[in-house]
Amino acid sequence: MKYETIIIGGGLSGLLSGIALARAGRKVAIISAGQSALHFSSGSFELIDSEDNPLAAIAQMPSTHPYQTIGLDAVKRYAEAVPALFAEAGVEVSGSVEKNHYRITPIGMAKSAWLTLGDYATLDNATTLPWRKVAIVNFDGYLDFYPKFLDNFFAKRGVDTVHHTLTLAEFEHLRESATEMRATNIARIMTGDLLSKIATELRGRIGDAEVVFMPAVFGMFDAEAVSALRSQVRVPLYFIPTMPASVPGVRTQIQLKNYFQKLGGVYLLGDNVCGGEIRDNKLISVRTANHGDMEFHADNFILASGSFFSHGLIASQEHIYEPIFGLDIVADQARSEWYNQDLYAHQPYMGYGVVTDERLRCRLAGKTVENLYAAGSVLANQNPIAEGTGGGVAITTALFVADQIINA
Amino acid sequence: MSYQKSNISSNNFEQCIKCTICTVYCPVTAVNPEYPGPKQAGPDGERYRLKKPLFYDEALKYCLNCKRCEVACPSNVKIGDIIQLARIKHSKLRPGLRERILANTDFMGTLASTFAPVVNTTVKLKPVKKLMDWTLKIDSHRTFPKYASQRFTTWFKRHAEKSQAALPNQVTYFHGCYANYNYPQLGKDLVKILNAVGYGVQLMEKERCCGVAKISNNLIKQATRDAKRNLEEIRHSVAQQREVIATSTTCTFTIRDEYHHILGLENGDVREQVNLATRFLYRLVDEGKIKLAFRDDFRMKAAYHTPCHMEKLGWSIYSTSLMRMIPGLELLMLDSLCCGIAGTYGFKRENYKYSQAIGAPLFKQIADFGVDVVACDCETCKWQIEMSTGVKVENPISILAQALDVERTKALNNIK
Repeated sequence: MKYETIIIGGGLSGLLSGIALARAGRKVAIISAGQSALHFSSGSFELIDSEDNPLAAIAQMPSTHPYQTIGLDAVKRYAEAVPALFAEAGVEVSGSVEKNHYRITPIGMAKSAWLTLGDYATLDNATTLPWRKVAIVNFDGYLDFYPKFLDNFFAKRGVDTVHHTLTLAEFEHLRESATEMRATNIARIMTGDLLSKIATELRGRIGDAEVVFMPAVFGMFDAEAVSALRSQVRVPLYFIPTMPASVPGVRTQIQLKNYFQKLGGVYLLGDNVCGGEIRDNKLISVRTANHGDMEFHADNFILASGSFFSHGLIASQEHIYEPIFGLDIVADQARSEWYNQDLYAHQPYMGYGVVTDERLRCRLAGKTVENLYAAGSVLANQNPIAEGTGGGVAITTALFVADQIINA
Repeated sequence: MSYQKSNISSNNFEQCIKCTICTVYCPVTAVNPEYPGPKQAGPDGERYRLKKPLFYDEALKYCLNCKRCEVACPSNVKIGDIIQLARIKHSKLRPGLRERILANTDFMGTLASTFAPVVNTTVKLKPVKKLMDWTLKIDSHRTFPKYASQRFTTWFKRHAEKSQAALPNQVTYFHGCYANYNYPQLGKDLVKILNAVGYGVQLMEKERCCGVAKISNNLIKQATRDAKRNLEEIRHSVAQQREVIATSTTCTFTIRDEYHHILGLENGDVREQVNLATRFLYRLVDEGKIKLAFRDDFRMKAAYHTPCHMEKLGWSIYSTSLMRMIPGLELLMLDSLCCGIAGTYGFKRENYKYSQAIGAPLFKQIADFGVDVVACDCETCKWQIEMSTGVKVENPISILAQALDVERTKALNNIK
């Protein structure tokens, strides 16, 4: 089978580079080994965790960081472009590269973010809130949402809270299986009449609360349930992330995938790329578990296979490696160097990943593979958690490599 | 020193990180709270069952074996296989008369096709349906598949067999129970296409049911006997340089994967030579070995439905790519969702309402699309979709055969 570009990995990076290429009229296929980490997404994307101008903070990062590799101008350009691209796919976000906002986490913290899905409240600063009284509403029997943490969050900031628990006949069915009463199962029944019923309950109960917070269990396939419920409640209604799987995260994955397919992209789920043929420093084709000897040929390839979680990198007892091509990586040899005993200290393994040239092309045995690009968390020399750069690197490097291919 | 290699189970169950993504995509969990869900039924439960078999939960019978959990799993855990193997190992439920009737598709097919007009009329009668519901717990809402009065194999012997050997290339067709007993036209359509591109069709000397219905009804001994017999036939065919192709996704999937994963039979020597007909044809076109020409007057608006086992095989791209070669065909893609029937599952009274609830989003999308035909490579999906939506369902091979310009195709491939 022949495509212009084949992308290995169907998460945020793979989908965004796929969308950018398909928009430019390219024939693209994405091969994804199972569902992506977007299913655990809080619903916010970080560029960099910084109080000040995020771009100024990025300028201060080490020269090996992926942001520095693609350059500050590219980071700014792609970061500014992505909200419109998301909107085309139906993914609504707010936020700006000029200044971070704050979001409320499930355990009642204020965390900085660059872009946040329309489901959630965004705060200008971490300490003062624009409300005096808020209502926190949960569903009877739903265990993956913790109102006490939120109480604490609001109390610390001098805001009063009132709690309501809705008991609905429609939940009886779900409650029969307590362990499976999860956000995504609840989201499936949140349509039409039930939404109106919840809105009626809310209208009757919220009193003088200025805003309502509920668990994010609305709108798995599109955001229709969110807007339908909001339109029926007179005060602003915001959601708080639940335990995974994340309903807004699943929705984002589905919307991006649907948009990619609408643009003519081919999305192959549940298949593993096992290897490829490299000749004269070019990747000719890749083989997959499902397609056996039917190889996939392409002019260009993008490795967006993720980090350890998605098996883009593998740690065995003895060594760390990139499993598909055995690409050159940054990683310490000795296992004892991989991690720090203190959980909160710098963890070296977080910075491991594939080595690239300045155009994000991968290297094999010291030589650049001319048509194999890498994007997202498989790239070396980043630390998504400590730096707060996970979403930003995934998005900007994905759009960068797509442009490398389009403009080549 | 490699602890990890010696530690890894064949089903990768220790790789489960409890992320619950499988549960998100499980069609049963979405509608039936009695089912513990793939994570609990699969890797979670397995840890307990390894300690003590008494932790086995009979609610695992609600698993459809659709394998959508495996397709979704980011950690490559064979969740569906873990559940099926646990059922086989631990279930105390013994298959009754109903299970034996539903599972013995080839025996019932032989019987029913012999008396086809009588059987087809009888099973449509309300009192008969009520009786079957009452005595056998086969749901009375279910429409039974029609049986053909002339089997595919009979037609083949009378009308096609002689002319096959003259063609330059040869394949073996595993027709399965459905093409043989219920819908011989599918087999005829395949023969028509293959002959036009220079491939002669051979049948197995004694083809047995692939065994999928026996596996799901816990008739493992019989399934293994059939599987062994089929593997012998496949090896014989491969030794004659003939690839084995099938028109049913489930037969293909069962022979390639379930024989080894579930029945524990060694099939690695011939697995790659067992292929789905659309993949076989696509490859020949892709490699430039054959050419297809289509009729100018063919017009159809179809929507493609991805059967669960097709999703697991990952091969829908072959069927859709082939159909997209037909100039007069407008092809839409339905979301890849389970139709709910899962072979014999949806025939059982206790499953009927869940079966229909699982399929509801798919049925709605089919109605919204307003197409002439739903294209789909699975026979039981066909029964379910036709019964539930009233829209006709055709195998892509049948659509190709209808659209094919036989004379021009023969000329392009230098076949007389």
